[in-house]
Amino acid sequence: MKHTISVLLQNKPGVLSRVTGLFSGRGFNIESLSVAETLDENLSCLTLVTRGDNSILEQITKQLHKLIDVIKVTDISENEYVEREMALIRVKAENTTRAEVLRVIDIFRGKVVDVSPKSYAVEVTGSATKIQAIVDILRPIGIKEIVRTGTIAMARAPKK
Amino acid sequence: MEKLKGSLAIIECLKEEGVKTIFGFPGGAVIDLYDDLLDSDINHVLVRHEQGAVHAADGLARVTGDVGVALLTSGPGATNGVTGIATAYLDSIPLVILTGQVPTPLIGNDAFQEVDIVGITRPCTKHNYLVSKAEDLVPTLREAFHVARTGRPGPVLIDLPKDVVASIVDFTEKKPIRMQNYQPTYEPHMGQVEKACKEILKAKNPVLYVGGGVILSNANEELTNLARTLNIPVTMTLMGLGGFPGSDPLSMGMLGMHGSYASNMAVAKSDVLIAVGARFDDRVTGRIDAFAPHAKIIHIDIDPTSISKNVAVDIPIVADCKHALTAMNAWLKTCGEDLDKVAASHVEWLETIKNWTDKHPMGYTDEGETIKPQFVIEKLDELTKGDAIITTEVGQNQMWAAQFYKFNKPRRLITSGGLGTMGYGLPAAIGAKMAFPDEVVIDVAGDGSIQMNIQELATSRQYNCPVIICILNNNYLGMVRQWQELFYDKRYAATIMEVTPDFVKLAEAYGAAGLRATKTSEVEETIKKALELVKKQTVIIDFRIAREEGVFPMVPAGKATTEMLLV
Ligand SMILES: Cc1ncc(C[n+]2csc(CCOP(=O)(O)OP(=O)(O)O)c2C)c(N)n1
Ligand SMILES: [Mg+2]
Repeated sequence: MKHTISVLLQNKPGVLSRVTGLFSGRGFNIESLSVAETLDENLSCLTLVTRGDNSILEQITKQLHKLIDVIKVTDISENEYVEREMALIRVKAENTTRAEVLRVIDIFRGKVVDVSPKSYAVEVTGSATKIQAIVDILRPIGIKEIVRTGTIAMARAPKK
Repeated sequence: MEKLKGSLAIIECLKEEGVKTIFGFPGGAVIDLYDDLLDSDINHVLVRHEQGAVHAADGLARVTGDVGVALLTSGPGATNGVTGIATAYLDSIPLVILTGQVPTPLIGNDAFQEVDIVGITRPCTKHNYLVSKAEDLVPTLREAFHVARTGRPGPVLIDLPKDVVASIVDFTEKKPIRMQNYQPTYEPHMGQVEKACKEILKAKNPVLYVGGGVILSNANEELTNLARTLNIPVTMTLMGLGGFPGSDPLSMGMLGMHGSYASNMAVAKSDVLIAVGARFDDRVTGRIDAFAPHAKIIHIDIDPTSISKNVAVDIPIVADCKHALTAMNAWLKTCGEDLDKVAASHVEWLETIKNWTDKHPMGYTDEGETIKPQFVIEKLDELTKGDAIITTEVGQNQMWAAQFYKFNKPRRLITSGGLGTMGYGLPAAIGAKMAFPDEVVIDVAGDGSIQMNIQELATSRQYNCPVIICILNNNYLGMVRQWQELFYDKRYAATIMEVTPDFVKLAEAYGAAGLRATKTSEVEETIKKALELVKKQTVIIDFRIAREEGVFPMVPAGKATTEMLLV
């Protein structure tokens, strides 16, 4: 099962390597990871996507908690949540395909962020599945370069 | 607020924490600290190898329960300490390791004797710090001691850049330490305590499975109380030996790979297994699905990650063992059940266990004048009245010590359990002797292991810290040889020690006494002589033992613990 975990930690040198070292040392998997400062500059928020059954996930959460620089660990995929990824894709756009590429970008609500005679650079955001979908469609046209962020996620506010 | 030079502030912090003795080895990066130590009343022990410093600090910590301190220089000094740090980490021993570091402007430049020791030790410390600013020095030292000794204890490393140590810092007043995400749970959840007690009262075949946590939390009395009140048989891990008196009729001795027949059978047949401060290590469980297959498992541990890590637990209690056992004993006392009746209902179960013990007691075959290592340990036990501090090396020697010495008190068996570090025993013995100069300290050693930190004989002499080193000399890396004998067609690859020093002469070269026994009839006399000599100097005894003796019972790796190879 896929889980998206949000970790609040001290914004100090070496803290990220404590987290990644824990995952590699204990053989837990990391599918994606993204980290940045929070409103409080002393704290960072790290979002990571991992896979495992319940007992593995229990260990992951407990082991993260055990790290002294970690303040809070939440498995946000346990409840309703939103997640986003972003990708920058440079796709071949020559005479015959220029219009088609624009149509695809439009369908996915992407944005062209750089234009050259032979290519467009496109920015798309969305869930990992959405990003994968546009990649699959653009691939036959010719992707020259792609850069993706890790997932970031946030729990939805209660509806009442 | 006082202003102090960094090095003096460090010394003040050590005094604040009650540190009297530290173990170390100097170098350029810690020369300032050494300069000021010379005028302080902290006793510094100059070891002969940094691994020895960390093991000695660890030995001191294990016998006293205090935080052990080691001081190492940067680069190779720090890396030499890593095995010691990992040894302490795997056995949850509280240490503070101070390492020198190159000055902050040089960090990251591959400066002379620079290593990223914080990076290197991240996976084998409970926590570690690089003090990059002078104002952090004093708070970091205080926090490090707090982290090392509280919760599940462990080694904490502080990397000290030379310029920070030489700078002037504020020696702030000490306040209670509060850390945002570090608040270990000492008190048990009372609902869980009640559930556990009810389960125990219902049990027909209960077993207490005791680990090092009982010793770390000084819970031996509470544990003994629980076991005796309800007549529950007790088995211990290597780290738990001494947590319950080994001579008590309820003690089944050690469990696991080289545990007693009765212990392993009892766990396999138990209906309630009460794990206290133990972590279901693979050397204990054997094949995991065959471990205590019929039992409801209650697990008390201060570290939540230990719970349900290897074996699913039915009733977890996250708490300090002492607090949890106290709460359980109190609950039982007032629950209204007739506890004597419950205790009496276990008599049949104890009878079954006794039959297992009678059928396969811890034993060995007599071979006349060929010295049996087990006999040596039995004699040591007898002649020291089971009251010496026993450190061990690693291998067969360690297992025989664990099996045949009766540890009746906690903090008497000082051994590297989790990491199994050859070379641990001698420096640990020195640390233990430093803490308790009036006690008899014996390192039960193998001929292979003792050569890994033999240089510490000089330390023992320099600081008048006499110990007995009892080498069970089989001229083999015996434990590995035993595996080769049993599972590799007796192909003794790299386990025959073709060249071994003359340990008697070697002792003399270091100013120690050297004795040798080659016949069973010499064992007792030799030990008596050593116990006399050790009042003045370190003694090595070279016991020439039955070379191909094995450690039994043995559960082959990956087998169920009931599938024991017996004597
Ligand atoms: C530092 C280290 N290296 C290797 C090992 C693997 N090992 C475990 S027991 C053993 C043999 C130890 O030989 P010796 O000290 O003579 O003890 P014996 O088993 O013969 O009593 C070895 C090599 C280890 N535990 N530690
Ligand atoms: Mg040997």
